Amino acid sequence: MDGLDALKKKYLDGILAAADEAALEDLRLSALGKKGEVALMMRELGKMTPEQRQQTGPVLNALKDELNSALAARKAALGDAVLEERLRTEWLDVTLAGRHRRQGSIHPVSQVTEEVTAIFADLGFSVAEGPQIESDWYNFDALNIPPEHPTRTEMDTFYMHRDEGDNRPPHVLRTHTSPVQIRHMQQYGAPCRIIAPGRVYRADYDQTHTPMFHQIEGLALGADLSMANLKWVLEEFFSAFFGISVKTRFRASHFPFTEPSAEVDIQCSWDQGQLKIGEGDDWMEVLGSGMVHPKVLKAGGVDPDKFQGFAFGMGIDRIAMLKYGIPDLRAFFDSDLRWLRHYGFAALDQPTLHGGVSR
Amino acid sequence: MKFTLSWLREHLETEATIEDIVYALTDLGLEVEGVENPADSLGAFRICRVIEAVQHPNADRLRLCRVETWPNGPDKPAEEVQVVCGAPNARTGLIGVFAPVGTHVPGTGVDLKPGVIRGVESNGMLCSERELMLSDDHDGIIDLPADAPLGERFIDYAERNDPVIDIAITPNRPDALGVQGIARDLAARGLGRLISPAAVPVKGAFKSPVNVVLGEDVRDGPCPLFVGRYIRGVKNGPSPEWLQTRLRAVGLRPISALVDVTNLLTYDRNRPLHVFDADKLSGDIEVRLAKKGETLMALDDKEYRFDGTEVLICDAAGGQSIGGIMGGLETSCTYETVNVFVEAAYFEPVRVAASGRKHKINSDARYRNERGIDPEFTVEGMELATRLILDFCGGEASDLVISGAPPQDTRRYTLDPERVSSLVGMDIAAETQIATLKALGFRLDGLEVTPPSWRPDVQGSADLVEEIARIASLTRLESKPMQRENTGVTRPILTPLQRRETMARRAVAALGYNECVTYTFIDKASAGLFGGGSDATMLANPISSEMSHMRPDLLPALLQAASRNQARGFADLALFEVGPAFHGGEPGEQHVQASGLLVGHTGARDAFGSRRAVDLYDAKADAEAVLAAIGAPAKLMVQRNAPGWWHPGRSGQFSLGPKNILATFGEVHPKILKAIGVKGPAVAFTVLIENVPIAKSTSTTRPALAISDLQAVERDFAFVVDDGVEAISLINAAKAADKVLIADVSVFDVFRGAKAEAQLGAGKKSVAIAVRLEPKEATLTDKDIEAISARIIGKVGDLTGAVLRG
Repeated sequence: MDGLDALKKKYLDGILAAADEAALEDLRLSALGKKGEVALMMRELGKMTPEQRQQTGPVLNALKDELNSALAARKAALGDAVLEERLRTEWLDVTLAGRHRRQGSIHPVSQVTEEVTAIFADLGFSVAEGPQIESDWYNFDALNIPPEHPTRTEMDTFYMHRDEGDNRPPHVLRTHTSPVQIRHMQQYGAPCRIIAPGRVYRADYDQTHTPMFHQIEGLALGADLSMANLKWVLEEFFSAFFGISVKTRFRASHFPFTEPSAEVDIQCSWDQGQLKIGEGDDWMEVLGSGMVHPKVLKAGGVDPDKFQGFAFGMGIDRIAMLKYGIPDLRAFFDSDLRWLRHYGFAALDQPTLHGGVSR
Repeated sequence: MKFTLSWLREHLETEATIEDIVYALTDLGLEVEGVENPADSLGAFRICRVIEAVQHPNADRLRLCRVETWPNGPDKPAEEVQVVCGAPNARTGLIGVFAPVGTHVPGTGVDLKPGVIRGVESNGMLCSERELMLSDDHDGIIDLPADAPLGERFIDYAERNDPVIDIAITPNRPDALGVQGIARDLAARGLGRLISPAAVPVKGAFKSPVNVVLGEDVRDGPCPLFVGRYIRGVKNGPSPEWLQTRLRAVGLRPISALVDVTNLLTYDRNRPLHVFDADKLSGDIEVRLAKKGETLMALDDKEYRFDGTEVLICDAAGGQSIGGIMGGLETSCTYETVNVFVEAAYFEPVRVAASGRKHKINSDARYRNERGIDPEFTVEGMELATRLILDFCGGEASDLVISGAPPQDTRRYTLDPERVSSLVGMDIAAETQIATLKALGFRLDGLEVTPPSWRPDVQGSADLVEEIARIASLTRLESKPMQRENTGVTRPILTPLQRRETMARRAVAALGYNECVTYTFIDKASAGLFGGGSDATMLANPISSEMSHMRPDLLPALLQAASRNQARGFADLALFEVGPAFHGGEPGEQHVQASGLLVGHTGARDAFGSRRAVDLYDAKADAEAVLAAIGAPAKLMVQRNAPGWWHPGRSGQFSLGPKNILATFGEVHPKILKAIGVKGPAVAFTVLIENVPIAKSTSTTRPALAISDLQAVERDFAFVVDDGVEAISLINAAKAADKVLIADVSVFDVFRGAKAEAQLGAGKKSVAIAVRLEPKEATLTDKDIEAISARIIGKVGDLTGAVLRG
């Protein structure tokens, strides 16, 4: 058997030393090929006695298996070496920028409108809409602002052109989202819970005013809703919106369409010019609200003896500025790419209550 | 509305601090907009003595003063300070007003620092009245009598220590346009006692030579009451110092005693008055409506031409004053006036508002009369005015001339004490409610309430609730949970269209566009370029010509935004907006568009050369992606004939049938780009999201998926065809060859242009299509494939004239 060991060593050493696949193949042929040394020895088995065969057969088979394994391993090693050598040459500069992808963004007004909608939806408010060019009846009369009421002049109303001979009162660009209240009541009656976000218009343009801005109206009517419910709804809203428990302060005020009326302040603090909502001793005015005036209910076709409720209106742009620290209202409508990117939101970052409404 | 604390104290006996008063005012709905407290701005200025004033060694006009000052008050040690002073009256022994180093001097806006003037040290300042902003006097420094208390704060000595409070008055509260009304609210809140002095009637000494007639056209409405009084022998001139100070403090300019009296009563009691120079009046007074075309030169030096709806106060010569709005120039008082006729009248608020608006007169009288003054206070107001005029100007008053009567006030409402609890949610005892109403001047007969004549805003029982809650303070309101209408999981609330708008917005953003919110109004020229700009969509009172018309389309504003961004150095842009566009000027003539605009290139230059100019097919793909996101049917017609602001050959529209356009895409017309100032290329899309039909089915179940395990086969064909034949024709023709087996046909190569024509013939191009065959029953044999290929070549040839490229 000494000869076999020498044979095995010769081939295993040869395989390990083989420099390429061709050399390996030569070794395979000379060992295991039809006329290879091992093959020839196996051919001799037939001539042996059963006893000899029983002894020599397994030894030769083992040798054959071992050589095959060694060949396969060496072949894989040679392949890996070739691949590694190729990959070494395939170096790319990974510090180069990737292929350009445009990054879109959602405007803060859209994002915040969705945030507000998500919160009020959970309180059972649906979303109502109305036209932006509005008749003066819906914008004023129905809201208890008769012609020549001083509020009309104070609203800085935009009027639409009227042709000579058309003696209807001119339409207006809605000065608030409140006309949606009337339209909704007329169509669906009471009880109801709605919000109405959208563009509104006032003829005013300075550091803190733009001729177009966004409001969100709220209206809830029921048999026994009170101002205390309004306060709860607003505190729930602001706490959810700002993500911190926010107290409100109601101050008596006047709006023709609500009675009693209140300006609502939210709790805040000023620390070195930095505004913080939901803490401290200061108050910031954020919205107007009140109990819907009986005349407004009547204008909407709702019986004030059966239903009562509250309404509120706040500036979407304004609460967006407060929440996200956006300094200048005018920039909202300037479409400066740098602003859109800086203050915008990701396309897929849709606010939900389960995922959160703050970014 | 401004007033001073001392003025308020004439009506309110109170121990309350200024802080308490300010808090209560805001809480009562009389929102404090500002408080100017002289102690804050002038507290450091104290009375001093010039020990010695000598000539400055280096300057002729300057004097060097040794000044004895009391920096911490008269009972604390004095300090000597050297001051250089340029005033001519700076002299030894002068008692003046000193500002130490560190003081902010309001009249100059300068913070005093230690200085060296012409080589001599100066530490502080001897002040003039102008430097304290107390008057325009700067002829010299303040020169006080010898007995002025040294070391005292000057504002205390000069009685200028009177805080000015500025409050915003909501339109429902004309009564709070008088200090008395403000005091009444505070008294009701419990901050003191209302002590407004009552008028002491002046007995007439003679019968007024001027009579008043209310015309038939005014006495039942526009001017139901006119109270007049003749006062003879007055001597007009400056009003007393205390009155001038008071008027200045609230921002009014003292004019003369006669005019100042009317202003005082306007602010004190919200009782506007007018004083005619009686010697300039001819005959009796008649109050009537203006005649159409009649004119009057008013006190603002403007001539007004009337349309016949205005109330005029007339004499024999014609109109002399616009009732409730503004007096006439011709009959106004001067320092030479000797005899006056005083008017206190009540004018119908609505008519005052209408006339004032029509003639664009924003006078104090109009402001008050259109909100509604107290008609029952007319005679009393006249008596107060008479007394003041007699006090300041002397003279002798006539009997009152009273024409008409205050309008009938039939308001009477029932107080339901439960209502405060049910409407507001506050528990207030019934007796407290009654006390509150009484304190505000309401009269009660049991629970039947008559509002006071000075509160025209109270028009129902809800107003009573408001008054009670307001005086009690809404800060006492405790929040109370609102029950859900449905128990359990919150139901979805958005309508299909609302969801679609959000989907469209987020789909476009996901495609890499930045969302803009642009103004809904644009300039006429830009609107005109996009099919708008008609008078129907025009604003009557735009704030600028850039914002004069409702936008017919979102693209003009997006293009303007692109132009602005290009000016800022951003050449490659992807901007979009989802919002309303207006096709008319009536309510509802608006529709929602989702518009995207691509300008320039696909991105910055990069190492891979992947940058290219944006083109039609970018816009088309994005439009399709948005349509898919909002659930538009997959198979849409593509037609040409997009509106004129698109490139005529490089634009198209997706539609359902020939009429219902869902989207437009393409290159923006080069003329438009030029007009708006955008450097191209620029492509865009507009999706009319409301035009996509809403799915009728409410089922969530989808149709079963039919797929086959059999091997699909793809075959390519290159055709030569006339250049004008559109890809869609070849695709449709190929599909028609076998509607079952052919799953998809797509164009993968187009070869056109001069090179192509050289090879293929004039007016020809080559279009290569890939056809995917998906067998349903058995694997396709070569023979099957050959047969269907032949059919495809035949169909495409028949329908488009194309031949297989050799």
